[in-house]
Amino acid sequence: MSTVTTRADSTVVRPWQQLVIIWALLLTVPFWLPLLGGYTAIAGRVLVMALAAMGLNLLLGYTGVLSFGHAAYFGLGAYGAGLTLKYVAASTPLAILAGTLLGGIAGTLFGLLLVRRRGVYFAMVTIAFGQVCFYIAYKWDDFTGGYDGLRGFVRAPLDFGLFKLDIAGNGTLFYYFVLFVFGIAVGLQALILKSPFGRTMLAIRENERRARFLGLPVEKHIWLSFSISCFFTALAGTLYALLNNFADPLGLNYVMSGNIVMIAVMGGMRTFWGPLVGAVLFVMLQDYVSSMTTNWMFFVGTTFVLVVLLFPRGLMGLLQRKGAGS
Amino acid sequence: MSVDSPKLEARAVGKNFGSLRAVSGVSMTVAHGELRAIIGPNGAGKTTFFNLITGFFPPSSGDILLDGRNINRVPAAQRVKMGMGRTFQITEIFPELTVWENARIAVETGLGFSLRAWLSANEKRQVAEAVDEVLTMANLTAQADRLVGELSHGDQRAAEIAMALALKPSLLLLDEPTAGMGDEETYKVTGLIRRLHRDSKYTIVLIEHDMRVVFHLADRISVLAEGKLLAEGTPDEISKDVHVQNAYLGKAE
Repeated sequence: MSTVTTRADSTVVRPWQQLVIIWALLLTVPFWLPLLGGYTAIAGRVLVMALAAMGLNLLLGYTGVLSFGHAAYFGLGAYGAGLTLKYVAASTPLAILAGTLLGGIAGTLFGLLLVRRRGVYFAMVTIAFGQVCFYIAYKWDDFTGGYDGLRGFVRAPLDFGLFKLDIAGNGTLFYYFVLFVFGIAVGLQALILKSPFGRTMLAIRENERRARFLGLPVEKHIWLSFSISCFFTALAGTLYALLNNFADPLGLNYVMSGNIVMIAVMGGMRTFWGPLVGAVLFVMLQDYVSSMTTNWMFFVGTTFVLVVLLFPRGLMGLLQRKGAGS
Repeated sequence: MSVDSPKLEARAVGKNFGSLRAVSGVSMTVAHGELRAIIGPNGAGKTTFFNLITGFFPPSSGDILLDGRNINRVPAAQRVKMGMGRTFQITEIFPELTVWENARIAVETGLGFSLRAWLSANEKRQVAEAVDEVLTMANLTAQADRLVGELSHGDQRAAEIAMALALKPSLLLLDEPTAGMGDEETYKVTGLIRRLHRDSKYTIVLIEHDMRVVFHLADRISVLAEGKLLAEGTPDEISKDVHVQNAYLGKAE
C-alpha cells in the first residue's frame, strides 16, 4: 500500500518515507507510548477513529461529497458486533464480519436515496438517517440496552485451532490485532484509490460536469463510493465495540458524525494519512483535556478552528507543496 | 449507422425557456469530415443549440439526428458513447490532477474500465499508449506531469480537447475554443483544431467569436441571430451576405 497523491512530485516527504515512518511508529507503540505517559488502549482508540475517518475520507476527501451522518454506520458496526457476541456466538471474527456487513449494507441501501442530492442537501439527509439510527438504539431498551448502551458482551480470544491468541485479556495483543485489521483495511483503501474506479472518484471531486461529459454515470459512482466508505467506517465501529466491550448509543449520534468529519479535516482530507494524524490529535485532546476539565469539547473546537484557519489543507497538508489553489 | 446519412442533422429544432424562445426552428446538416462554425451575436442561442445537440436538455420541438438516428431522447452520457465529444465555453478539466492523469481518466472511461478495481498489465499498456497518443495529438507531451490547473489558458484548452479525443469521438463539439485567449494562444489552439480536421479527419462543429479563426478554419458557416438561422454558406458567401453584415459582421468590426 502506498500514499495516494493527486499531485505529481508534490510532497516534501516522499510517500514511501511517510509509509515507513508511520508503520514504524504504529508497530512500536507499546514500547514508546508508556514512556510518554500514555497507555496502549488509547492507541487502539486512535486507530479506530483513524479508520472511521479514513473511511469517511474516501467520500469527503477523494470523491468530494460531505456526509454528516457517518456515525450511523460506525454505530451500526458497533452494535452489530456487540449483538453478535452477546446473542449469536463468542467469535470475534464473526462479530467483526456481522457488524461490518450491517453498517455497510445499511449505508449501501440508504445511499440509493442520497445520490441525487448534492452539497448541503446531501449532508442534511445523511444527518437525518444517522439520527433515526440513534433513536432506534436509544429507545429499544430490551434489545440494544437503550440509553445505557449495549453491555454484557466481551471480545473472544482468537482460536486458530493449533494455538490461541488471547486478545481478550492481553491489551498489547489486542492492539496488534486492531493494527492488523487496520493495516488490511487501509491497504484495501490504497488499492481502491489507485484503481481506475478510484480515479473516477477524483474526477467527480475535481469537476462533476466534466466527469459526466466523459460519459461517467456520476450518480452510480457516488453511490459506490458512499457504500465503500460506509463499509470501512462500520468496520471501525466493530473494533470500537471490541475495544470497549461496550456499544454506546452516542456512537450513533450526530456529535460522533461531527467528530469523524473533524478528524478528517484537521488531519488533511486531501491526503491519505491525514485522518490518522487528525485522530492522534483528537484522541490526545479528548483524553488529556477531559481528565482536566469537563469542558474539553471547547478545547477540541478551538483547536479545530485554529487548524482550519492556519492550515486549510490540514496537518498532513503541510507536507504537500504549496500552490495550485485548493 | 448509414454512410449516406449526414454526421449530424438538426430538423427545425426549437427550445423555449418559459416564454423565451432561445432557439426556434433551426435546421442544419453537417456532413462527415466537415468543419462547421456557428457564429452569431451574444444571446443568439449558440450555446443553447450546442446543449440541445449534446443532450444537456431535450428540445421543445424538432429532431436531432446523429448518423441518421434520432437522438432526441438519448441522455447526454449515452451520446458521449455514441461518439460526441464536447468542450465547454469555460474550460472543464480536473485542475488538481496532472495532464497525464486527466487524459488517463478519459481514456479509461472510454475503454469502459471506469468501474474496474484493477487492470491487467496488457490493459495498463493499452491505456498508457492511448494517453500518449492523445497527448501527442494535443501537443502536450512535454507538460504531461504538470497539474492542469497550473497550465496556460491555451494549454488547458488543449488538455480539455485531449480528454474529448481520448473517448475516440466521431464528432467534436467545441464551444468557443479560443475564448479569452491572446493572439499567441489563439494561434496554437487554431493550429490544433486545423490538424484535427485536416490530418485526423474529425467532423467538428465549433462556436466562435473570433472571425479570423472562423474564416480561417471553417468549411461552412451557420449564422444564428435571435434564436433563428440567419444564413448558411461557405466563408466567402457569408462574408458577402448583406443580412449577415447588417446583423453581425458590420457591428463586430
